Amino acid sequence: MKNQVRILFAKPGLDGHDVGGKVMVRALKDAGFEVFYSGLRKSPQEIIEMVKEKKIDVLGMSILSGSHLPIAKKTQELLKKEDLRQLIWIMGGNIPSKDHEVLKGYGVHAVFSVGSSPQEMIDFINRRYYLVPGAKPTFERISISFS
Amino acid sequence: MKKVVNESGIEIKPLYRPEDVCDSKNPIGEPGEYPFTRGIHSLMYRERPWTMRQYAGFGQPKETNERFHYLIKNGQTGLNVAFDLPTQVGLDSDHEMAFGEVGRVGMAVDTLRDFEVAFEGIDLEKITVSLTINGSAAILIAMYFAMAEKRGYDLKKLRGTAQNDILKEFIGRGTWIFPVQESIRLVGDTIEYCSKEAPLYSPVSVCGYHIRESGANPIQEMACGFAIAKAYVDEALRRGLGIDEFASRLSFNFDIFGNLFEQVSKFRAGRRLWAKIVKESYGAKDPRSMWMRMIAGGGGGGLTIEQPENNIVRGAYYALISALSGTQTMALCSYDEAYTIPSEKAARISLRTMQILIEEMGLCDTVDPLGGSYYVETLTNQMEEKMVEFMQEIDQMGGIVKAVSEGKIQDFVSRQAYENLKRLHSGEARKVGVNCYQVDEEEASVEFHPFNEKAFEEQVSQLREIKEERDHRAVERALQEISRVAASGENVMPALMKAVKEYATVGEMTQSLERILGRYQEPTLFDESSKERISCPF
Repeated sequence: MKNQVRILFAKPGLDGHDVGGKVMVRALKDAGFEVFYSGLRKSPQEIIEMVKEKKIDVLGMSILSGSHLPIAKKTQELLKKEDLRQLIWIMGGNIPSKDHEVLKGYGVHAVFSVGSSPQEMIDFINRRYYLVPGAKPTFERISISFS
Repeated sequence: MKKVVNESGIEIKPLYRPEDVCDSKNPIGEPGEYPFTRGIHSLMYRERPWTMRQYAGFGQPKETNERFHYLIKNGQTGLNVAFDLPTQVGLDSDHEMAFGEVGRVGMAVDTLRDFEVAFEGIDLEKITVSLTINGSAAILIAMYFAMAEKRGYDLKKLRGTAQNDILKEFIGRGTWIFPVQESIRLVGDTIEYCSKEAPLYSPVSVCGYHIRESGANPIQEMACGFAIAKAYVDEALRRGLGIDEFASRLSFNFDIFGNLFEQVSKFRAGRRLWAKIVKESYGAKDPRSMWMRMIAGGGGGGLTIEQPENNIVRGAYYALISALSGTQTMALCSYDEAYTIPSEKAARISLRTMQILIEEMGLCDTVDPLGGSYYVETLTNQMEEKMVEFMQEIDQMGGIVKAVSEGKIQDFVSRQAYENLKRLHSGEARKVGVNCYQVDEEEASVEFHPFNEKAFEEQVSQLREIKEERDHRAVERALQEISRVAASGENVMPALMKAVKEYATVGEMTQSLERILGRYQEPTLFDESSKERISCPF
């Protein structure tokens, strides 16, 4: 499929809880996105390498260990260094709302905490994609329903 | 009338009658007698209530030690240690990948010193300790033994448990280090070593739990658990051990969330099936070898981030299910665990939940109180049949080791997790506070565990101090010995014991093993069509 939004779903750090992440990968694939999954235990550096190599539009990070702040900080540094300003960066997992603002400050575009539905993430990506300068114009909005 | 089918795929009738349980193959039997459907002991809780063993550990060993003492002071009768992720995957606190993770989800451990601090003031004969450790289990078991020996305990009498179930780590939880076969060999080494040196210690607690949490239904949870247990039994037999030399020290860890009657029947059926497997397939003679000893009560997948106080109620039902199921040990998820490391208050509520069952509700008065229920007995028979069927399916995949190595179990459980979520979103599956009876909640009404930012620096500086103080040449020799025995195929435990006593670090010992055993590569990392593509395989 041409002009598809390319998503990398990554598991940074040492956290091995990948049930939710894999569920999201399936939901995003069902919604028509091209999705890559990093596998477990990737450093921010390795993840950014994958982003560049695969020409990723949306980076999703799933973290349940509580180490989202240090990981996000490191990722922000790398994104700046690599000048990946077009990248949409989202995070999910066990992330308390008190940390959402901090993550926003690091440049995270959205946080999908435990309890978010895949549809919320799909809607966000669709919405956000139109707003990003240089978004591919032929991208089709795809909706899925869970019924 | 609406059709009701439980998660295990069994259609539930509106009424069960005596004729439903007229099953000559499966007489109800007696507790304490083969096949142990009604319990592994004849008097069960009348003799002694279940062990209360809340999962705990965070920050540095000193902080964890304080929480241990708090729990014991509040009536806890066993410990269940949580380790941080670097420890779980065999990295030292100063490793680059440990950044941000030291002391985060459990206690940080680098050397024997950390174990000495963590268990200070705890009587290891009165309070048995369970180590929730898998990838680096052989190292941490050695550390526990070395600590106990140093304090004057006799390994021959030492009780305790290590989770040490690596096969399920490849399915869920993900703290693998070495390749599948090499990992099984290490499990075999611990079983063999314990059978000789620490015969009362339980070196493995086979976990259906995490497979269920990853998306398996109750039948698949039990069947995968038994298939995994069989893989370890086969490994131990291959080394020339007799089944009765080690099988009584194998234990299980199962999940509790879901329908009450289905879970109770699951455990009754599971006890009977495991007893049959050990007796009939392996020829065990000692009844204790046939016991499905277990820890139950945890069911994180059933708890919700929405309206967290409802989890206190769920926890109470989970404790009730566990007690009705005849568990040996109970550990409840605390109500705030979907958010954070449990607060002291939340941990105490979990303990009180169990104590209320014991002291006020009469759960210890009589054995297997649901035994003889037409419904529960019918379901027990049906669940057992289905477990056998699923074990046959695993055999058809080439056995559990092959199925896990190829990612087949991982694939079907994650597919099911997705289907479960869809059912939740469609409203087909009802979850209180999630898709019905919701309220507008702005902030969680839980208290967040304060993460000790200094733990990392303190842990690393202590690690450096220990590295300077220790006998460098002795450490080097001990590490070389680990690599040598890893290569020769000898049991690695004596070499690990020696290195631990020289204050070799978890990371150093892991590397010494990894140099020879190699590292696991996730099968799900690459797309089938192209080896270079980092793509989702599903």
